[in-house]
Amino acid sequence: MDQLLNDFSPGLFVMQAVILIILILLMKKFAWKPILSSLDEREQGIQGALEAAEKARLEMKNLQADNEKALQEARAERDAMLKEAREIRTKMIAEAEGDAKAQADKIITQAQEAIAAEKRAAVAELKGQVAELSLEIAEKVVKQELSDKEKQQQYVDKMLQDATLN
Amino acid sequence: MKITSLPIHFLAVISFLLCGTLLNAQEHSVAEANDEGPVNTQQEITDYTNHHLKDSHDFHLFSYQGSDGERHSFGFSLPVILWASNGPVAFMSSEFHHDIDGGVVVEKGGSRFVNLHDKIYELEDGAEEIVMGEDHHPVNAHKPFDLSITKSVFGILLVGLLLLFWFGSLGKQYKKKNIPTGFGRALEPLVIYVRDEIARPNIGEHKYRKYMSFLLTVFFFIWVSNLLGMTPFGFNITGQIAVTVCLALFTFFIVQFSGNKDYWKHIFWMPDVPVIMKIILIPIEVLGMLTKPFSLLIRLFANITAGHVVVMGLIALMITLKAQFGAVGSTGLSLVLTLFISVIEILVAFLQAFIFTMLSALFIGMAVAEHDHHHEHDEEGHEVDDVEDVRESFV
Repeated sequence: MDQLLNDFSPGLFVMQAVILIILILLMKKFAWKPILSSLDEREQGIQGALEAAEKARLEMKNLQADNEKALQEARAERDAMLKEAREIRTKMIAEAEGDAKAQADKIITQAQEAIAAEKRAAVAELKGQVAELSLEIAEKVVKQELSDKEKQQQYVDKMLQDATLN
Repeated sequence: MKITSLPIHFLAVISFLLCGTLLNAQEHSVAEANDEGPVNTQQEITDYTNHHLKDSHDFHLFSYQGSDGERHSFGFSLPVILWASNGPVAFMSSEFHHDIDGGVVVEKGGSRFVNLHDKIYELEDGAEEIVMGEDHHPVNAHKPFDLSITKSVFGILLVGLLLLFWFGSLGKQYKKKNIPTGFGRALEPLVIYVRDEIARPNIGEHKYRKYMSFLLTVFFFIWVSNLLGMTPFGFNITGQIAVTVCLALFTFFIVQFSGNKDYWKHIFWMPDVPVIMKIILIPIEVLGMLTKPFSLLIRLFANITAGHVVVMGLIALMITLKAQFGAVGSTGLSLVLTLFISVIEILVAFLQAFIFTMLSALFIGMAVAEHDHHHEHDEEGHEVDDVEDVRESFV
């Protein structure tokens, strides 16, 4: 301890104190201030750049989400349109089928009616012919009967054979 | 311009790192104490080491035996500036003719001065030569106030100029470009290191800025001084107790002047303890105020002194072990061991600068800390990180 106190030089202490104060002041002015403020500036710049990048990334994400949404909408629209078209097609087919069936029914009915009318007309004509034929036969039979009995019979048979119902 | 400036920076660093380890051996093996011939005995080695550890009034590099049989000393003298009884006196130390035993009397400004073990003594009126008392202290002389440019002051100035040059040019670089080039690229991370690892976590995000100039200057001053002590120039700046006392006192005063209400309250009226404890704690806390910087100054001084003693002791092995191992063996052993210890000393040089700055920042942080544990809130309502929390997370 005595040695330490003896080694302590007040002059050196004063010199060191004065030099250190001057050094701190000079360093502050010429070195630390510009260095630290530049470091701060740079760090803020980096921070700003990072934030801007993050912001851009978010914007990009939003944009992509928007695109996705538009795409989805378009797809939905397309689907809706396709569905509608399919429905229209089915409906048209159904309608056409209905129409055709009605037409066919109508034609069939008309045909049936025509057939029935023809048939009625044919029956009526047949009736007339039968009546006429019967009268003719009866006339000829009467005529024959008067001449020859056998012949009359033959004649009737012949007549009847001729009278094919056409 | 750039091509020429780069090697100078490079050389400065290389000389710091390499010369200290390699050339130390060369210097100390050739040199001797007080121009009295080569150092050979154990006593001479001890004297030489002690002489090196102390401050000196001239800058002695080495001496050699000339062909004419005379001893020539290589170095230069430094100015001696004294505040003696008859006012200020200044002369060159060469007037003592390298004498440090008080034999040569210099008469200047009506006073007589002698150089006794690198301390300048002023002889009392009428005394012709110094007379030593029983306790090995001179009886007829006293120490004047010595403001000389001693070897250490020279070293301090050198360190100051180096720092100004290095960091001044780094500061200037930012005017032109965002990212420094050359040597500045190596210095910038160190500045960031001090800011982010020492100042910020210990003092706190909001208050550290004010203390950066002190912390940075002291950190680099101690580091460069320690490294300069590793060079063959034989500086021992941070091994001077006056220098470490000065550095620690700076920390002490900065801590006391930045101490807030909480700091003083914790010293003189410790909250949350019984009254009787408060009274007992006052002297303990006051003592604590003083022991903190005291530990700083002793730690730095002792580490650097010990480092120098060990390096010089290992260099001296080439003399002390010459009889056992022969000249080549002892020199080789000394070289290997000195190289090994010097590498450790380079680490210690940084470590001591770091510890001194770190603890200074810690003490400042303790003085400015908000001790109440309800957390502050800033405008947005976020919790402001308490200094305590920052320190906890750091530890």
